[in-house]
Amino acid sequence: MSVGGQPDQEYLNDNDDTVGRRSRILGGGGGGKGGRGRPEGRRAVVIAMISTVVFFGVIIVAVVNSAGWTVVKQTFFNGEQFRESFPGIARAFLVNVKLFLTAEVFILAFALLLAIMRSLPGPVFFPIRALSIGYVDLFRGIPTILVIYTLGFGAPALDLAGVPKSAEFWAVVSLVLVYSAYVAEVYRAGIESVHESQVSAARSLGLSRWQSLRFVVLPQAIRRVIPPLLNDFIGLQKDTALVSVLGVVEAARQAGIDNAATFNYTPFLATALLFVSITIPLTRFTDWLVARDRRRRQAGGVR
Amino acid sequence: MSEALRFEGVRKSFGKLEVLRGIDLAVAEHEVICLIGASGSGKSTMLRCVNLLEPIDAGRIMVEGVEITAPGVDTNAIRRRIGIVFQSFNLFPHMTVMRNVTLAPTKVLELSATDAADRARQLLDRFGLADKADEYPDRLSGGQQQRVAIVRALAMQPEVMLLDEVTSALDPELVAEVLDVIRELAAGGMTMLIATHEMGFAKDIASRVCFLDEGVILEQGPPAQIFSEPQQERTKQFLQRIIAAGRM
Repeated sequence: MSVGGQPDQEYLNDNDDTVGRRSRILGGGGGGKGGRGRPEGRRAVVIAMISTVVFFGVIIVAVVNSAGWTVVKQTFFNGEQFRESFPGIARAFLVNVKLFLTAEVFILAFALLLAIMRSLPGPVFFPIRALSIGYVDLFRGIPTILVIYTLGFGAPALDLAGVPKSAEFWAVVSLVLVYSAYVAEVYRAGIESVHESQVSAARSLGLSRWQSLRFVVLPQAIRRVIPPLLNDFIGLQKDTALVSVLGVVEAARQAGIDNAATFNYTPFLATALLFVSITIPLTRFTDWLVARDRRRRQAGGVR
Repeated sequence: MSEALRFEGVRKSFGKLEVLRGIDLAVAEHEVICLIGASGSGKSTMLRCVNLLEPIDAGRIMVEGVEITAPGVDTNAIRRRIGIVFQSFNLFPHMTVMRNVTLAPTKVLELSATDAADRARQLLDRFGLADKADEYPDRLSGGQQQRVAIVRALAMQPEVMLLDEVTSALDPELVAEVLDVIRELAAGGMTMLIATHEMGFAKDIASRVCFLDEGVILEQGPPAQIFSEPQQERTKQFLQRIIAAGRM
């Protein structure tokens, strides 16, 4: 399963790296030295370009000259197949988009509720905390596909009045249940990373516990966990392919159908490109958002 | 003069460590009390107890004759009458200076945004921070941040201000600007309880100095008396250490 399950602490460190990332991509160890326009900066760019061309050139030449290349090219990189299957897969991909957008809205809200429940202090709230902890433990432990199977086939069979029976509906419910458990932990890491003195300051001004959380803790916590939230969002996007087990024809399923008809694997390539065409720009956009927020708060300041 | 604040037999422990071991103190309105004493003598804890950031174990604390440590009191209502400023500023880093100052007035006192902004601008202006209103705290110097923290507390129009070693985290050259602000508050008649290591400042501003030692007020009196003719051996030792360290 492709869900982001790394330790939460790592997420937070990741956050601090976003600004320096661009220069590190080019400059390797010389972080920050390769300033734009300066001679050593231009030199670094030239070296990076040459090195990249040589590196990938060697790999491409090796692959293209391999014994089985013609056959592989026919079955995996077939231009004609690509053109034929792409429109259908793109249409099916809209189902994925609909699924992950709908699910993400509910995940962000439900997970926040879980995280807040878990952060309630004092013995009175023990049952609420226990409920939240139990939920997260359970749904992080069960493979997503099992939840999809169980709810997707089991829940409609219950014949509940007023509840939709469509596979897509229960697919979204399953994804929300599973991913909320992960995202709740991300939120919690963010909430715990806000120093206690911030709460003291807020409470000392007369703000209630809820107001302190709402205006002081959560805004800081959520800013800090935007990169890991995105991480889980990308995981969710990819896991919408699991929904195909319920018979929903989404992009991966459509590619499978095309593949079964033609014995050609190029449709899978088309599917992969569609997924990547969303995740990569989204990642860059998030990096930019985080960097902008940091710049606004810090850069250019007189110390 | 009426009484602003009173401690009666206040005790507070953290685990096995008893930090306050029976504090008795009455503070009149407009009085400026400086709490001096070694680190760990209980100065900060005393202040945090008044603000109800720490629950006390025994005794009572009264504000204007009303017991604030009684069970069932509205802690938020009490806190809005008592301002506290911390050693480490604790400004909200995700908000501009303006928003830092207007947050509590709008959310707690439910002032309109314009009223709160007016009040904030007046205070910022008074303490030379008018041009910083739209800056984020991370872009200010430590002295400016601490002045904003004082303004943030003042915006609630508290009856008593508690200052917890507000200059201890500052570079030496930034201390004066913060002390000037406090002097101005004292001149304006604000009742203050100030925990400080700045003896010269305490001598200057305090109407009364209290020497805390191991959780009790060992000696108190006007600054001239405490600093020139301390009665207690422990007070003398403490002041000698301060003088030896060049802090007075």
